[in-house]
Amino acid sequence: MPGPVQSIERAAAILRLLAQGSGRLGLSEIANSLGLARGTAHGILRTLQMVGFVEQDEATGKYQLGAALLHLGTSYLDVNELRSRAINWADALAARSGEAVRIGTHLQGKLLVVHHVFRPDDTLQTLDVGVLLPMHATAMGKVLLAYDANAAAAVPDGDLEPFSRRTIRTTKELTRALSGIREVGWAADVEETTVGEASVAAPIRGYGGLVVGAMGISGPVERLCDPHNRPRPDLVTFVRDAARAVSRDLGAPRW
Amino acid sequence: MKSDARLTRREDTVAERYVMSIDQGTTSTRCILFDHGGRLVSVTQREHKQHFPRPGWVEHDATEIWRNLEQIGPKALAQAGIGSGEVAAVGIANQRETTVLWDRHTGIPVTRAVVWQDTRTDMLVEELARRPDAYIVEDLCGLHLATYFSAPTIRWLLDHTPGLRERADRGDVLFGTMESWLIWKLTGGPDGGVHVTDVTNASRTLLMNINNLSWDDTLLDFFGVPRAMLPEIRPSAQTYGVATRVMPGVRIAAALGDQQAALFGQTCFAVGEAKCTYGTGSFLLLNTGHEPIRSTHGLLTTVGYQIGDEPAVYAMEGSIAVTGALVQWFRDGLGLIGTAPEIETMARSVGDNGGCYIVPAFSGLFAPHWRSEARGIIVGLTSYITKGHLARAVLEATGWQTREVVDAMNADSGLDLRTLNVDGGMTANNLLMQFIADVLNVPVVRPMVAETVSLGAAYAAGLAVGYWPDLEGLRRNWHRAAQWLPAMDPALRAREYDNWQRAVERTFDWIKPHEE
Repeated sequence: MPGPVQSIERAAAILRLLAQGSGRLGLSEIANSLGLARGTAHGILRTLQMVGFVEQDEATGKYQLGAALLHLGTSYLDVNELRSRAINWADALAARSGEAVRIGTHLQGKLLVVHHVFRPDDTLQTLDVGVLLPMHATAMGKVLLAYDANAAAAVPDGDLEPFSRRTIRTTKELTRALSGIREVGWAADVEETTVGEASVAAPIRGYGGLVVGAMGISGPVERLCDPHNRPRPDLVTFVRDAARAVSRDLGAPRW
Repeated sequence: MKSDARLTRREDTVAERYVMSIDQGTTSTRCILFDHGGRLVSVTQREHKQHFPRPGWVEHDATEIWRNLEQIGPKALAQAGIGSGEVAAVGIANQRETTVLWDRHTGIPVTRAVVWQDTRTDMLVEELARRPDAYIVEDLCGLHLATYFSAPTIRWLLDHTPGLRERADRGDVLFGTMESWLIWKLTGGPDGGVHVTDVTNASRTLLMNINNLSWDDTLLDFFGVPRAMLPEIRPSAQTYGVATRVMPGVRIAAALGDQQAALFGQTCFAVGEAKCTYGTGSFLLLNTGHEPIRSTHGLLTTVGYQIGDEPAVYAMEGSIAVTGALVQWFRDGLGLIGTAPEIETMARSVGDNGGCYIVPAFSGLFAPHWRSEARGIIVGLTSYITKGHLARAVLEATGWQTREVVDAMNADSGLDLRTLNVDGGMTANNLLMQFIADVLNVPVVRPMVAETVSLGAAYAAGLAVGYWPDLEGLRRNWHRAAQWLPAMDPALRAREYDNWQRAVERTFDWIKPHEE
């Protein structure tokens, strides 16, 4: 078994230090307190600042605990923030694929639609934002189940609610499907929610690779799939590229 | 992996060429590459510092903005994995009226750029407005005297900077809005830089005759601005020159004020089509065709765009000074939210405004009131009010200000607005968009590309070099991305509007005349 990771130990010590006393310390004070070289302390502080655990006062240059640390237990990324950061790429995905785009996050065992871009054919469509969808029967939901352990833990054991002949019925079947999704990095739903409809989705990641949402397209099976009912590879590429672009903007490492 | 940014559809890889837009905005500068379908390929952005040296003063460092462009231009190309040879043209959209004065020989700005929000000229404007010949201003240029436009700022700088007037008279100092500055720098600066502006930007100076689209001697005399410092006025879409820096060899083929660029990007090419861009401030523009229409309700007459040698298309404009800026104040001034989009989360924590209204007359009120002496207020405060109610009142202020401008526009044009096309960063806020549909009682529509300012500049540049054939071709690129339908009870709407209007009245006459 490998030994402790030194930089994580040091980061934890910096957080402890900032949590004590006045809570506002300069770089030298932090470096001196922990017996670190200024450069080393600065590197750790910059990383902590990037993930929101530490903030730097613009005027004084002093460091303090970040707001993200205080809200560790609640939402990692505000859904309205997610929409705002993803809106350009969601538009581009709709324009390229010719299909409607949605972005979803996990909310109490359901998939919450947080953003919706109409299919670019100028027909009458209604905004879906705020709608809750089943996790196990949608591509976006399955992506979140595959990558978000908390979302997966919220799925009840036993039989799953069927929406069509093709809906995944059992947790065992679901577990197998999720491991397949993790292998390829995207998910599809072909007539699992609605007969004649399909969707394709990929994960949106934030700092450190944490999955914060899913992004996907949906439309008629004959447009999204090949004659064997498999999602068209070009569309899958569009979806994955768009989700990656959002992830990159959110600070995710490249993958 | 490079392919993630190069989201090009197979069928249009024929020439693999793109159009770039530079959006030089109030808070940041952005470079965006678009493909032939008007789809966004890569985006880079860099914010610049806002300087507030005194109350009411707002300045930018034009050199910092230029350096930002030097960074983000090449980065946008790199992100798309292309070289400048694959860029057909570049178009510029810019924050309007912001005044840059620089030395023709050194290329160094003589002062910091004075931003459109700056109110240092309020005394000067009052003084000018009292002159018996002041009526000629609106007659000749279609705008009324306000601190917001460039001419009073130029005059103020000439009066308050020692030696500047002599240098300007000699032609050693050049004036430009941001597009002029960037075009001059891109085409070589002191070394052969082209000193031009476009009709839309020129129409915001108070110095251009709105009918013949040339600098007007009467206006130059009125403001005391020497002709020698002014750029040449050109159409919005025309090749001005070739870049020698940042993206060497690329044609600079369009410039439009940001709001006119958004009108163009929304493809509002027909008379009666209107758009509203929600940013720091918000701007509603209505296409009025080849004739300038004069407002009797506090709206501005402005140039919408001019394509090459074609006749100019005019627009009527309602400007709202503070919309997104109020959210920024809520974030930075009050620290109640960490990021701007969080305002929606906070606003949704309550069901209504709790009787609270915020009128953000931070530097007076713009259209349709034009009250420079008004200042902001929060009314209806009770112990019941929480930050959630304040967040709602912040968003609702944008909705009601839009309503006031639409009412004025309907009255002037004699047409009832049927649909409002929206764009800008705030369109990501669903609560706000629904509220706007509710208070206007018309559908609110967001197009597929929310970046219409950038898209408009790209479209104009692409048209100028033949990358896109005509306006119809551009219109085909437009698609609806979202639509909000009105759903508010009419009685509630009327009651709330009345409350808002009463709140607005309470902002008037706050700053006493002749008081600093």
